[in-house]
Parts: sequence; structure tokens; C-alpha cells
Amino acid sequence: MSTLELETHIDPAKMQVSDEVAIEISGMNKWYGAFHVLRDINLTVNRGERIVICGPSGSGKSTLIRCINRLEEHQEGSIIVDGNELNSDLKNVDKVRSEVGMVFQHFNLFPHLTILENCTLAPIWVRKVPRREAVDRAMHFLEKVKIPDQAMKYPGQLSGGQQQRVAIARSLCMMPRIMLFDEPTSALDPEMIKEVLDTMIELAEEGMTMLCVTHEMGFAQAVANRVIFMADGQIVEQNEPKEFFNNPQSERTQQFLSQIIGH
Amino acid sequence: MSDLSYVRKDMLPEKAPPVSEVGAIGWLRANLFSGWFNSILTVASVYLIYTLVSSILPWLWSPTWSAGSLSECREIVAELGKEHGGACYGVITERWQQLLFGFYPQELRWRPILTFVLLFVALAPVLFTDGVPRKMLWFTGLYLFLAPWLMWGGAIWTPLLVIAGLALGALAFRVLSGVIGALGATIAAIVAPILFWLFLVGPLSSALASIIPLGIEVVESRLFGGFMLSVWIGVVAIAISLVLGVVLALGRQSDLMIVKYLSVGFIEFIRGVPLITLLFVASTLLNIFLPPGTNFDIILRVMIMATLFASAYIAEVVRGGLAALPRGQYEAADALGLDYWKSQRLIILPQALKISIPGIVSTFIGLFKDTTLVSIIGLLDPIGLTGSIRADANWNGIVWELYGFIALLFFLSCFTMSRYSMWLERKLRKGHS
Repeated sequence: MSTLELETHIDPAKMQVSDEVAIEISGMNKWYGAFHVLRDINLTVNRGERIVICGPSGSGKSTLIRCINRLEEHQEGSIIVDGNELNSDLKNVDKVRSEVGMVFQHFNLFPHLTILENCTLAPIWVRKVPRREAVDRAMHFLEKVKIPDQAMKYPGQLSGGQQQRVAIARSLCMMPRIMLFDEPTSALDPEMIKEVLDTMIELAEEGMTMLCVTHEMGFAQAVANRVIFMADGQIVEQNEPKEFFNNPQSERTQQFLSQIIGH
Repeated sequence: MSDLSYVRKDMLPEKAPPVSEVGAIGWLRANLFSGWFNSILTVASVYLIYTLVSSILPWLWSPTWSAGSLSECREIVAELGKEHGGACYGVITERWQQLLFGFYPQELRWRPILTFVLLFVALAPVLFTDGVPRKMLWFTGLYLFLAPWLMWGGAIWTPLLVIAGLALGALAFRVLSGVIGALGATIAAIVAPILFWLFLVGPLSSALASIIPLGIEVVESRLFGGFMLSVWIGVVAIAISLVLGVVLALGRQSDLMIVKYLSVGFIEFIRGVPLITLLFVASTLLNIFLPPGTNFDIILRVMIMATLFASAYIAEVVRGGLAALPRGQYEAADALGLDYWKSQRLIILPQALKISIPGIVSTFIGLFKDTTLVSIIGLLDPIGLTGSIRADANWNGIVWELYGFIALLFFLSCFTMSRYSMWLERKLRKGHS
């Protein structure tokens, strides 16, 4: 198990999950050319759910969450996010994208803009928020991720952990109802992983719907109310974290868990 | 305690570097005398530079500014008893105005000078975004219409009507976008002003001028010449080719098949043809294709060809910048819900253009120097003028002084562009390598 000591120990069971459906994926298939990356994915996410997706590399877990805001196009089946179906209608896609925040492995901050400008850009240009209000909102979220004093710096002047927290703040400034995390700590030094995870835990406590691709099993146990294991483009097993880690059913899952926890 | 165990008790303080590493001696040692081979090279280079300078300087130092002909120069030089001869500057004293302005009427030369000075006022908000108020951009926009009017002259109504054409396009877009949709309105907004400019501006302008004759004297294109002509063609082609080049680069990357292949076809065709060919097309062939009687200004035709030529190169340079951006930047912009144009404008192009600055400026410098090719189709740029100057009996046989003067003019302009681009690159380097 990860040696990570997380500051907050919350009981995932206590956090509210509503009956309202946030994301509905049914019969979804995706190919890269002839390669069948995602096979018959069915997944329903309720509002307030915190889902951790894990699996060996190449299992399609990143592709899956990238389909949810259509950074990748699926070819079969349907994905409905907040009642909007993702299809070739660009208006729907833009609507979904402005409602769904995404945090990337390599942060993808805009290097030519200051931290503050990174955070205010989308609210001003997409949501048409007045500039002053956007700045206030950005400072609020930068305080939340504990780096308001870096607001005037450029991304290149910040450490990896700080950059990733800015990336989270940038997404939050759009007031998303769902947050997607694509291996948010994989590119970070061990010293910085914790500060990012603490931010994510805080977000979970506030009831944000989260889908997170990660190998941080400590985080999964502390926060997730469901863990999904993927292999070869399919959902192999899903369960609540305690059951998933202590009593994995499929052989593939057992093999995976023994490899990441075994040493 | 085992041999492997070691614990530092106190941390080491910082020490000053040794004297041989810093100061003048350190610099000399590091840069000029870092080994016996480099020392020999240094001494040899110093000797070479001395030989060159000691033979060129006496030639340059030659008090012939008031000489009226080449033979007069030779007399002055012979009187001074110079062994290697001396430069003959009389030709520049006599002809510098012609080399700068061509045959532009003497009493009207304040107009190109004013246009040139205003060029810097118009460029200031574009080139120096920090120190100059943004409101100045209004003047930059106005300058686009003011400059041609100052250069060619004519009724004030012409530039005003051209601006009115733009307003007409905007109006067409606003009115029609509700009726026939955004695409149709966009096409109408482009077509309406062009038709207006082609068919209505001329007659309307003369009609207005006959009622209220407000304007300045017309200067015909055949009087344009000298360095002024090079700058005039160069500046216009540079300004328009940058915009067109960016559009072509985006077009080449577009997902829309027709847009993409039109861009690729244009770029590859133009890059595959020498500029001189395009200039010949402008000077001779276009007349064959145009309806008889149309008088399409030769300078305008050359400007269009130079612009098209440069824009193909700019497009490729910008495409390099676009390709150098990590995919993550596009994805982050998409994920935030920015649409195509907003993400290009706010995220992609600012970074891609920054990467492309050295290539863009190289293209501009190349284009500016290529304007001298217009001498081949009979326009009197500085090179075109040298022919007639050297044909003058007084200056028959002069070479170095004349071409040296022209080279100096071009060098100063190109060196300024080069320094500006380096300054801009330094300014845009924002805490990341």
C-alpha cells in the first residue's frame, strides 16, 4: 500500500450520494483505427459519487474519462452528461465541457499567462463573467488550494505540485458539477503528491462528483465510494473500496493488486 | 561506529570564486587565451582585422562630399596623395534625394516623410504592448486608410468611402445574420464591401469631389521610386502577409477538407514559384487577363504578388510554431469549453507565434530585401535608379559608393527588425525555458 499519510481521514460512507444521475454511459465502444480500446462500457455515476478508476497501463482508463468531455470521440453507444448527450452536435459538446472540469497528468497550464489569468480566462470568455468577479472567484479558489500569493507568477516559476493545484483551481473557476482527474499525481515528485491529494480530498468532502484515474490506493481508500478496475478496455470489476482491496473477486484484479501493493 | 557512517555537523558557507574566474583577466583567459591553439587564433584574427581596417579606413576617409563628378573626386584624392585612392561621396550628395524618393515631386515629399513617421506611431501599440495605451490601436486602424491616401493623394472621399465599405460589410452581417444564418451573413459581409469598393467607390468619390473638392494632389505610381518605394512595398506586404499567413497556417491544420486543401495548394504553388516570376506576371501577364481599359496600378499589383509570396512562407513558419505546441495545450483549452476561434486566439496563437518569431522576422527581412527585384520589371527602386545614375557622364564608373549607400540603408532597416525580434523574444520569455 502507498506509504502516504493523508491529513484528513474521512469516512467515505458518510458523504452524501444522491439518486440523481450525473453521467450515464451505456454500450459504449471506441476504436483507434482497428484497435478496439473501449469495449462495451456501461457506467452510471450518481451526483456526489467519488469514483477511482485503476488498472494496468493501456487498459483504456484515461481514454474512458477523456470520452466523458469528448476529448476523445466514441463510435458506438451513448454518453449522457447532465442530461446532454455527447454527439456530433458541437453545442452540446461545448455545454458539457463547460460543466465538466478536467485535470491532466501534465497540468497543461497556459505558460504565456499568469496564474491568475489562467484561472480567469475561461470564466471571462466562456461564461461571460465580468472581469472583476472572475478575479474574485479565481482568488477564492487559489486560496482554497493554498497558493493565493503566487497569483501574479507564471506557471514556469511554480513547482509541479503548485502547478497541479493551480490546474485544479482553474477548473473549479468554471464552477463545474463534475470533475475528471487523469492521473493527477503521476508526474509529481513524491514530496508533492500529498499536497495535491489533500486538495482533492477537500473537494470530495464538499460533495463534488469526481472521476479519478489514479494509482494512489491510499486516496482511493480514503475518499472513493467506488473503485473500478479496468483491463483490456473493459470494466473488469467494481466495488466499494474496502471490499475491492480486501476481497478482490477476479483473478486479473488480484494479480494487479498484488503487483502494486506487494512490495 | 562503522566506516560507512557519516553525519555532517555543520553546513558549508558559500565562498567567493577564485580571481582567475571573474573580472577582465578571467574573461580574457576564458574567451581569448584558453589554450595555445586559441591563443594563436586570437593573435592571427587581431592581425587580420588590423590589416582590413587599416586599408579600408583611409579609403573611407575621403573629403569628396562636394565633388560634382567622378573626375573631380579623383583630382581631390590625387591632391591628398592617397596611395589606395579614396571614396567618391559626391554622387551621394548629389543624388541622395533621388535614391530616397525617386521622382516623387520635390514639394510633396513631406507626404511620404509624414507617412513614414506616422508608421511608427501606428506600429507603437502593436510592437510595444506594455508602454503604449491600447486606445492607440484606433489610430493604427485609421492609418491603414490614411497611408495610401497620403502617398497617392486624391480626394479625401476615397479613403472615407473605403471605410464606409467596411461599415457596409458590418451592417450586412448584422442585418443578415438573423435572416439567412451566420455563414451566409459572413459571405455577404465579405462580398458586399468588395463589390462596393470595385464598382462604387470610384464614381462616388469623383461625384463627391465635384461637389466638395476636398483633397490633396495626386501623385502617380510611375513617380514613386527610391528607398521609399522599397519601404512602401515592404511594409504593406509584411503587414498583410502576416495576417494572411496565419490564416493559411490555420487553414492547413483545419479539419475542413476543402479549406485544408485550398490552403495546402496555395502554399505549395506559391512556394514553388520564384518571386521574380510572380513579379513578371504582375507586370505583364495580368494586363492580358484583365478587361481592356482597366488601369490596375502597377505598384498595387507588385504589392499583391509580394504579399502572396511572403504569406506562403509565413504560413509554413507559423505551422512550425503550431506543431511545436504540446497537444495538452489544445486539450486544456477544449476541456475548459473554449470554442475553436477563442482557443486559437487566446491560447494557441500567442504561443505559436512566439515560437515562430525568429522565422517570421527572417521571412520579413528576406521579403524586404526582395523588394529590390522590382527593378527588373522597370520600377525605380534604389537598384533601378543606379542604372540611370551610372549612365550619367559625370558618374560613369562609380560602383562602391552608390551600392554601399543602398546597402547601408537596407542594413539599417533589417538590423532594426532583427534587434526588435530579439528584444521581443526576451520580453516574452515568461519564467519558462
